[in-house]
Amino acid sequence: MKTMIVNLVLISALLFLQGCASPEPVAPWERGYLADPAMQWQRTAREAKFAGHVYTSKEASSGGSGAAGGGCGCN
Amino acid sequence: MRLPVFCFASLLYLLHPAGALADGDITVAPDFRLPAIANADGTIGLDSYLGKVTYLDFWASWCGPCRLSLPALDALYKELRSEGLEVVAVSVDVVDEDSLDFLKRYSVSYPVAIDTTGDTARSYSVGGMPSGYLIDRTGAIRAVHVGFKRGDEEKLRLEIMELLEE
Repeated sequence: MKTMIVNLVLISALLFLQGCASPEPVAPWERGYLADPAMQWQRTAREAKFAGHVYTSKEASSGGSGAAGGGCGCN
Repeated sequence: MRLPVFCFASLLYLLHPAGALADGDITVAPDFRLPAIANADGTIGLDSYLGKVTYLDFWASWCGPCRLSLPALDALYKELRSEGLEVVAVSVDVVDEDSLDFLKRYSVSYPVAIDTTGDTARSYSVGGMPSGYLIDRTGAIRAVHVGFKRGDEEKLRLEIMELLEE
């Protein structure tokens, strides 16, 4: 019974992972869609870096997104 | 016994490069007819370049190396045009304006067409941006160039000169 459940979980996991296999890769001439600003994680890289720096500095004492700085934002 | 086979088959499916584009399979340049966006009127077709040494260049406004390749090709075109070289560029941008904006910054003197559907790029199995196809007088593809970096224009120049002398 236990083996059957393990097998079932394994089969389900593999079937689930098959969804990650791309049957049709993005063609080189279609990569403009990926280069579109709408596909970026942030609107502007500089603004995101600045916001990240402030966040890391201000939240450092509570962990934040890193361990550097003590709140002054000077490093 | 069946489970390991299934696992192996699943892993193969996950790892195989599905739909990988084959390079170097084409020998005869597929014909096309595309709307011109610069340095030509109406449509551009490859059939009108038969009997000439032609460099067919696929590019896009979002392609970084194209900022190097277009000016380099334009220089080659200006230099070797009198000896019989023709250059035809095909933009794979979806929107005309993107290509036209790019051409304002990197202007060229050879004809430029646009392939908004990607059908022509597909028929050439374009493997990257930019991709160039050196086509001889009989319409056969003699060399394929994928990507572009500084210094490539010299290699290309030698290949073109060889074809022009044939």
